Parts: sequence; structure tokens; C-alpha cells
Amino acid sequence: MTFENSILTIITWLPVVGAAILLFTPRTSVNAIRWMALIVTVVVFVLSLALWQSFDPSNPGFQFVVNMPWIGDSIGYRVGVDGISVLFVVLTALLMPAAVIASWEVETRVKEYMIVFLVLETLMIGVFTTLDLAMFYVFFEGTLLPMFLIIGIWGGSARIQASYKFFFYTFIGSVLMLLAMMAMYWDAGTTDITRLLTHQFPAGMQTWLWLAFFASLAVKMPMWPFHRWLPEAHVQAPTAGSVILAAILLKLGGYGFLRFSLPMFPDASDMFADFVFVLSVAAIIITSMVALVQTDIKKLIAYSSVAHMGFVTMGIFAGNALGIQGAMFQMISHGIVSGALFLCVGVIYDRMHTREISAYGGLVERMPQYAFAFMVFTMANVGLPGTSGFVGEFLTMIGVFQVNTWVAFFAAFGVIFSACYALWLYRRVIFGALTKDSLRGILDLNLREKLVLYPLLVLTVVFGFYPAPILDTTAAAVNNLVTQYATATGVDPAVARAEAQVQLDHAAPSGEGEAAGEAPAEPAAAH
Amino acid sequence: MIIQAIVFLPLVGALIAGLLGRSIGHRPSEFITTGLLLIAAVLSWVVFIPIAFGDGLVGATADGHAAAIKIEVMRWIQVGGMDLRWTLRVDTLTSIMLVVVTTVSALVHVYSIGYMEEDPHRSRFFAYLSLFTFAMLMLVTADNFLQMFFGWEGVGLASYLLIGFWYTRPAANAAAMKAFVVNRVGDFGFALGIFGAFFVLGHIDFDSAFAAAEGFSETGLPVMHFLSWNLDAMTVICLLLFMGAMGKSAQFLLHTWLPDAMEGPTPVSALIHAATMVTAGVFMVARLSPLFETSPTALTVVIVIGAITAFFAATVGLVQNDIKRVIAYSTCSQLGYMFVALGVGAYSAGVFHLFTHAFFKALLFLGAGSVIHAMHHEQDMRNMGGLRTKIPVTYWMMMIGTLALTGVGIPFTEIGFAGFFSKDSIIESAYAYGGNAGIFAFWMLVIAALFTSFYSWRLVHLTFHGSPRDAQHAHTAHPDPAHAAFESHDEPIDDSNADDHGDHAHHGSAYDHAHESPNVMLVPLYVLAAGAVLSGVVFYSMFFHDVEHIEHFFAGSLVVDHELIEAAHHVPFWVKISATVAMLIGFVAAWYMYIRRPETPARLAATNPGLYRFLLNKWYFDELYNTIFVRPVLYIGTAVWKGFDDWLVDGKITEGLGRRVQNVTSWVVKLQSGYLYHYAFAMLIGIAALLTWAIAAGGLI
Repeated sequence: MTFENSILTIITWLPVVGAAILLFTPRTSVNAIRWMALIVTVVVFVLSLALWQSFDPSNPGFQFVVNMPWIGDSIGYRVGVDGISVLFVVLTALLMPAAVIASWEVETRVKEYMIVFLVLETLMIGVFTTLDLAMFYVFFEGTLLPMFLIIGIWGGSARIQASYKFFFYTFIGSVLMLLAMMAMYWDAGTTDITRLLTHQFPAGMQTWLWLAFFASLAVKMPMWPFHRWLPEAHVQAPTAGSVILAAILLKLGGYGFLRFSLPMFPDASDMFADFVFVLSVAAIIITSMVALVQTDIKKLIAYSSVAHMGFVTMGIFAGNALGIQGAMFQMISHGIVSGALFLCVGVIYDRMHTREISAYGGLVERMPQYAFAFMVFTMANVGLPGTSGFVGEFLTMIGVFQVNTWVAFFAAFGVIFSACYALWLYRRVIFGALTKDSLRGILDLNLREKLVLYPLLVLTVVFGFYPAPILDTTAAAVNNLVTQYATATGVDPAVARAEAQVQLDHAAPSGEGEAAGEAPAEPAAAH
Repeated sequence: MIIQAIVFLPLVGALIAGLLGRSIGHRPSEFITTGLLLIAAVLSWVVFIPIAFGDGLVGATADGHAAAIKIEVMRWIQVGGMDLRWTLRVDTLTSIMLVVVTTVSALVHVYSIGYMEEDPHRSRFFAYLSLFTFAMLMLVTADNFLQMFFGWEGVGLASYLLIGFWYTRPAANAAAMKAFVVNRVGDFGFALGIFGAFFVLGHIDFDSAFAAAEGFSETGLPVMHFLSWNLDAMTVICLLLFMGAMGKSAQFLLHTWLPDAMEGPTPVSALIHAATMVTAGVFMVARLSPLFETSPTALTVVIVIGAITAFFAATVGLVQNDIKRVIAYSTCSQLGYMFVALGVGAYSAGVFHLFTHAFFKALLFLGAGSVIHAMHHEQDMRNMGGLRTKIPVTYWMMMIGTLALTGVGIPFTEIGFAGFFSKDSIIESAYAYGGNAGIFAFWMLVIAALFTSFYSWRLVHLTFHGSPRDAQHAHTAHPDPAHAAFESHDEPIDDSNADDHGDHAHHGSAYDHAHESPNVMLVPLYVLAAGAVLSGVVFYSMFFHDVEHIEHFFAGSLVVDHELIEAAHHVPFWVKISATVAMLIGFVAAWYMYIRRPETPARLAATNPGLYRFLLNKWYFDELYNTIFVRPVLYIGTAVWKGFDDWLVDGKITEGLGRRVQNVTSWVVKLQSGYLYHYAFAMLIGIAALLTWAIAAGGLI
């Protein structure tokens, strides 16, 4: 038992231990339950920071690895994190205390509520730490159940409908992924992800495996047009549920693409890249337009999440360091920002019990601190430089520009649309004269709400100006991934911008305009 | 340390006033932000004076081709081959901007202490002003594309916050959002331009990018496969970057936000929408002059857009009735002049006009603010008149601003107001550039100079001369049924209305209570007036007159085209006096129409109703954009939402599944006990069963 070989296990399972303790706590001692849940999540967060602290960013491989035989000789207890997964662990651990504090005033079935959340935390962290395919599937699907319960029991009026829709959308895709995992086992003879990463799947098989994984991950992400469950789930979920859903569960899709699709099925990824680009661009443009006309605050933010996830998929399948680093950053940033936005909605929902935009207006009059926090997160959502939202969008777009200018061109429309829907929302909710009688007595942020929102606010700004902690952590692993991907798809990895140079040509030295295509290409241009 | 102090003192002020404003009170917030800005302004001059009158930038190293100081503050984004750092870069071009930005900003801060005296949110206002200044300073000290983009968006944010400062007014909120969104349309191009520049040049910091661009003289210009076509890469990049400049500098097609931005407090208009932010586009093109020089096509576009803007905005300015909107269109028009200068390759002349314009336009705006302050927030010039005796100091300051704007001076001598030197430099350069674009621009600018003179004097006459008019144009519908279809803004001036003349008892109280502004508002006017008088004559030599001097002064921070500037000095006689003649014609016309025969404007408007309304409604751009952009987008959004998401995906496709779900649930209901443990247990069993099946069927064991 050293720090090295126990930390991941502890972080993963500690929340379940907490849940077990809660199980034996009398349901009437509500405060003890809340504090217990908070303490557990905070301890996990602190441990995750220690994990990040001792993580070696220069090592592209898995660290803190444990590999023990467990079920038979194939399924093992295998855990480990690399630069791609470690940050998700930290992100999860960061947002769980926020979710618990945001749920402080939940009155119905508090005990069960906290238990479900703690179990959910274990499952989410498990997804990111496990290195076994079978265990990954269990965790990945396992997250569905607590979320299903959270929406179905503590949700809004149409919660049953929403939770079933959520469940079925995600579950149907997952069945296909399960089949693909079995096929992978048959072909590679192992469920060890580290060994699968170096296994060469036959090209013909890759296509089918890729599609099966896509079925599950695209729904999870969610990519357009598989997103319809998300607005509904968000609208019906309680605040903390929305936060976790938007901040963590959506990232499982992106993580899956980075962990499986890209490194294990590179040929298929290369083949389907254009397909993904089309869906990503559709997500960015179409769902932004849809967000523009929403009348429900949560729905609007949910649609904007879909648009932001479009940047993530676009960056991942750009297949270069800029794009993938950007996608990673965008996921972390979106986790913070969208989580905070849903918390912001929760603040006013708790007071007014409505999510209709038209029910608000002029809140800045009574809630200046809230208006300030909401402004920062809105600007991060818009992608203003100086907030974390900018870095990811910028990197994914500059990354994809090198591969396909059409995609970058259309994605850049997101820059315009995001400003439209986010500012219009802000204007209708916060600005204007406070004329509605119901709002006259509304109170500004209380201490508990500040405690949740302000740290996220600080992170949003700090990562905007100094994204290095995140980018440095992911750099080695992403570069490794990019190199493998480039090798597998036949691009010379020695020339980092080879893909780029393909499209670049030089005219005759005379510089007289039109003598374009015939001029000799640079040596590096060849594949 | 001087550079860091200049850039970060405003940020410190913004944070103090913004975060602590509530606890420390309004007065300390005002003094702290203003004091810090004054320090920054003094330091900027300390940096600038050795460049202008001494041996050049103190402490500069000739790195590459430009003498510059670079101070690395922090790492920013390092990914793959891209290495981005927060770096403050100061060279001659930057130092000019530092002086302009901090000086005008400091004066506006001082002025606002008086102007915003009664506002309950003053500390917030000062925080925004200082925040804006910080962002603008980051923009002008940028050493790479992305830092410039940061400042670019930062000033956009500050502009958004300041336009919408009076958040209870729907018009202010709408204008704020419009400003941000239209700027974002420009940023769409700017962002793509940055991507393209990084892609083609391989670097994202300016010096390396410029070096790469210079390399093209040997390798030939690159051709890029952009979208589906093979295009000249530099043209594509420059045009995309220029799109950003068009948005920020309110050029033709992306100009619609600037007049609306006048909803913000007047000091904001002076600082952001006259002197500094809107000139960011000009600064950007000047900064990137080595890139633009590689693409004659892009430069031609810059000329044409600039010339059209100068003309278009001047025409609209002729008929506006809101005192601030006249000046706003004037700004738009003057920015067009600057772009023409950049496009023809006379970058120093463009920057010269930026420099002088900052002084006299800020003066005009602050003077207008003083008028508005005196008239108790009346902005409609039709309700003013005869204010000369009521507010004489403001009157004389506005006169100086008007003389500078219209470019009064004596040709062939070095006697004249600031605008005389800089505007004539541009007009001569445009003629010297020649070609279709050059001659087109020349005529557009000369006509625009005529219009400039006309609307400037019209403003002075309507506001200060003549006799007071009552508030008949208050914001109520006109009783005259012939005019009922118009809004109050749509009515022509009718100064000859006999009923109103000589009937002082009938006049609105605004005139009677008009009062001169306090000294805290007047002193900034004096300083700016000094700039409006002197900035032309003092700096003419280093910006335009003497090629050697220009070269030495700018020290490589922008491209200097020797031939063009020499040619501009040797244009024909009639070209040299053309601007002055146009100015005189405009002056006489305004005098005739508003002093000699005040009934003329109404008659002209009545005889040409179509033209009048076309101009008054700003060429109907707002209506056009609303029809071709806003409404289709909202329509598509709704259609996709209701039609695709809800009807097709949810209603039709998921419905089939939903039916099955209902069947299943009706069966499951019987199993529902209401206890969470039962559910959880059932799920656990489910997972276990699934796993077992997976393992067995998959042959895992």
C-alpha cells in the first residue's frame, strides 16, 4: 500500500464507502447526512488534487497503475490514469462538492439523494480510472442508473418521461458498444486497455467497431442529431443533476472518442472524420439557432451545450495536437462553465420556481452579485478571450483549419451565434427595468451560493489567462496519441504540419497572382 | 517597469472600483481610477516624447526590423508548434496609441466625475471605463495575433457594458447587444484570418509572421486551398483580417452598431466610439502592414471600403437631428478616410489622422456632452438653438473642434488646425496613388470633405446660433396629420416656424435653465482643444511631410512607401486645394441654409422626400439586415426546433419507442413498491445478469 498504487483505488471507491455509511444513518438526521456527503466529496477532491500534484506530465503513458487478476484470467482490476483522464478525475471531484452544496435545501428523501450522488461519483471516476474494457463498460453504463433515479425521483413535473427517454437513448447505443467490446476481446484476446491500445485491429473490422462505439458515444456526447434527450433531461433534472449531467456525463462521450475511437480504430476514424465534421458543424450552427429561440432558460443552456460539444468532436477528429488539446481543454472548461451556468439557473429557480425567461427581467437591480457572476459565465459561454471558454474554441478551430477550411469556416459561425443567444438570454433575464411584482423581493446570492459559484468563477478566469496547468498536463499524452494516429493513418509524424502543408502551395517567385497550381510544392508536402 | 505600469494601472483601478466600489464609496472609486489613469497618461508621454523629439524609444532593441521593447508577462497557450505568451510590445506605433488611449481616457475619467455626478452607479461606470482602457492597452501592446484578439474582444466587452450602462432603458440594452453581435460578425473574419495566418506563415507572433511574409519575395506568394478554391493565401488572410477591422471600426456594411451605440453615456462615446476603440481596426491594419503589403487586392478592397464609408456616413450625417448621432456618423466617415490612407500605402498618414482625430473628435463629443448636460439631457438639435450666449466656453470649444474636423487651414503653408494636415495628407495620397481605386477614393473623400464641413457647421448653427426653439420635437407624435406617419425623428428642421420665434415665454425650460458645465468638465475640453489645434502642425513632419523623418520616427514599426509619399507631395495645384475648397463650399452652404435662409432645409426635404427619408433612415441598412439575417435565423431556429427536434425526432421516431416504453411501464408499475432499495436492487441484478450474459456469450472466461 503506497500512495502510487492505492490513490486511484481510494479516490474511486471512497464515495461508495461514504454511501454505505449513509445507508446506516437514520433518515431523520438530515444535517448529518448532508455534512457527511459534503465531507466525503471534499476529501475526494483534496485527494484528486494530490493525485494531480504527483502526476508526472512529461510521461505520456499510464501512471499509478494497478494490474491484478480478478475474474478469470482476462478481466482484471486494472486502474491507471494518463494525461487525458487525470483531469476528468479532478473535474469530477471538483464539481461533486458543488453539487452537494447546491442540493443543501433538498427536502425530500435526503438520505437516498445523497447516496445516489455518492454512488454516481464512484461510477464517474471509475470510468476515467479503469483500464479494463469490461469494467469500463460497467462504469460507463452504471452512470445511467443513478442519473435515471435523480431525474426520475427528484426531477420536475415531466420527470418520468424525461428519465425514460434519457435512459433509452443512451442505452440503445450502449448495447451496440457492448457487442463491439466483445468483438474486440475476440480479436485481441484481452480486455486490458493498455494492451488494446497497441493492438492493430484489421481495417475492415475497425469500421464496424468504430460505428458501434459511435452509436453509444455520439448519444452520450450528445452529437447532433442524437441530442434530443438532453434538453428534456436537463429541464426535468434537479439543479445538481443538471450540473453533473452537463459537466461530467457529457464528457464521457468525448473521453470515449479519445480513449477508444481515435487510438484503437485510427483508420476508421480517419475515414469517418468528414462525417463527424458534418455533424459537428451541424451541431454548432443548427443547435445554436435553436438555442436562440428557446423560452426556457435551462433548455437554452442545454442546446448551447450541444453546440459546444460540437467544437469538441470537431477538435478530436482534426487529429492534430491543436485540435485534440483544444478539445480536451474545451471539455474541462465546459465542465466548469456549463456547471456554473446551471447552478446560476438553480439560484433563481429556487427563488421563483420557474425557468421561463419571460418571468424574469431587471434582476441586476436586486441581485448585483448574481448579475456579475452570471455575466462572467455568460462571457465564458460566448468564448470571450480571457475566459476559459475561449481557449478551447480557439484551439479546436485553429486545429481543424489545418485539416479542412470548410469546417473551420462554418464552425466560426458559432462565434457569432453564441454571442447572440447568450447575450440575449442575459439581456432578458438580468437587464431591463425591474417591473414584475414577483421579483421585487428577490434576494441576492447567499453565502452558500457564493461558496459554490465564486470558486468556479475564479477558475473560469484563471484558466482563461493561464491555461498552462491544463494544457501541460495533457500535452504529453495527446502528443503521443497524435503521433500514433498519424503513423497509423500514414501521415509522417516527423512533419507535424504535414497535413497542413498539403493544402499549401507556392506560386512562381514573380508573385504575379494567378500562376497558381503548377508551382512546385514544398518537399514536406508529400504524405 | 514603465510599460507594465501604463498597462496594468488601469486594470488595478478597474478591479478596485468594480469589486470594492460598494464598500469604499463612489468618490474614492472615482479618484482612484482617475488618478491611476492620469499617472498612466503621464508615463505614456514619458515613453513617447523621446521617440518624437529625441533619439527614439528608450531601451529598445532593434529586433528583426523594428525597434521595440518586449516584456514577457506570462505564458499563455503552448500547444504543438504554437507558442503564445502574454508579451507587452512597445514600438513607435504602439507608443502613439499609448499616448492617444491613456490621454483621452484620463481626460474622459476627469470629465465623467462631473458628467456622471448624479448617477447612482458611478463606481461601476468608472470600473468599466478603466477596464476598457486596460483592454485597449492590451490590444495596442499586443505582440501576437491572439493577444490582439484578446484586447479586441476585451474592448468589445467593455463597450457592451458601457453602451448598456443605463440598463433599464430597452434602447440601450438593444444597442449594447447589437454592438457586440455586429462586432462578432467582424471577429468571425478576424478569427479565420488568424487561423489562416498561422497556417500559412507558421507563426502567431508578429515578428516571425512578418519575417515569413518577407520570405515570400523569394519563394513566391503562397496559394492556399481555402474552402473549395485555390486562392492567393495572403489575399484571403488579409481580407479576413480586414473583416475584423471593418466590424470594430464600423466600416460600410458593418457600421450599423456605431450610431446606436450613442445610447451610452456621452463620455463613453468620446472615449470608445470616437477616439480609441473604433480606431482599433486602423491600428490593426497599420500594425499588420507588412502582411497587407503582400496583397494588392486586399489593399484595393481597403481603399474602396474606406472611400465608400467616408462618403456614405457623411451623407447620412447631413440629415440626422440627434447631436450625438451627427458626430457618430462623422466618426464613421473619418475612419473611412483613415482606411483609404492605409489602402493606398500611406500608413503613416492613416495613423496621423487617427492621432489628430482622437483629439478633435473627443473634444466634439465631450463638448456635445457639455451641451447635453446644460440642456438637461436633451439631445435633439431641433430643440436647441442660440446656446452661444448661455454656454460660451462650450461654444468656443465646439468651434475649435469643428474647425479642426473640417480641416481649416491655409494651403501651402504650415498654418492650420489638426484636421487640415492629416485630412489633406490622405486626400493627396489617394490622388497620388492613382488608378481607378485611387481616383475613386480621391473624389469620394473630397465630396465627403464637403459634406463634413456642411454637417459640422449645421450642428454648430442649430445648436448655438439662431434663436432658441421650444421642445416641439419632444418625443411625442407630431400633431400635424401630414407628418403623422413619421416618427418624431423623421421631421425636417423647420426653423422658420413663425409661431416659435420671438416668443420666449413659450420656449421650453431647458433653454432657460441651460448652464455652463463645472470646471471638472471644462478642463478636459481645454486640453483636447490644445491637441486639436496643435497636434497637426507639431507632428506633421514626422507623420507625413518628410520621408526621412517618417522613417526615423516609425523605426520600422510600419511600412513606409517612399515613392507614394513623394508623389503625394507633388500632386497638382487643384488637388492640393481641393479639400479646402470643398470645406469652404460646405461652410457657405451650411451658412446659407441655416442662417441666411433657414426655411431652405425644410423645402429641400419636402421636394425630395424619397432621398431625404433614404438618408434619414441610414440607407435602410437596419431594415435590410433585419429582413435578410435576423428574421431568417429566428425562423430557421424555430422551424428546426419545432419541426425537426420536437416533431420528427421526438414525435415520430422516438414515439415508436415511447409506445413500447409505455407498454413496458404499465407492466412495470405492478413491480413498483416505492422503495429506493428495491429499485437499486433490481438494477444491480440487472447489471449482474447483463454481465453474466456478456461474459458467457462473449466467451470471456
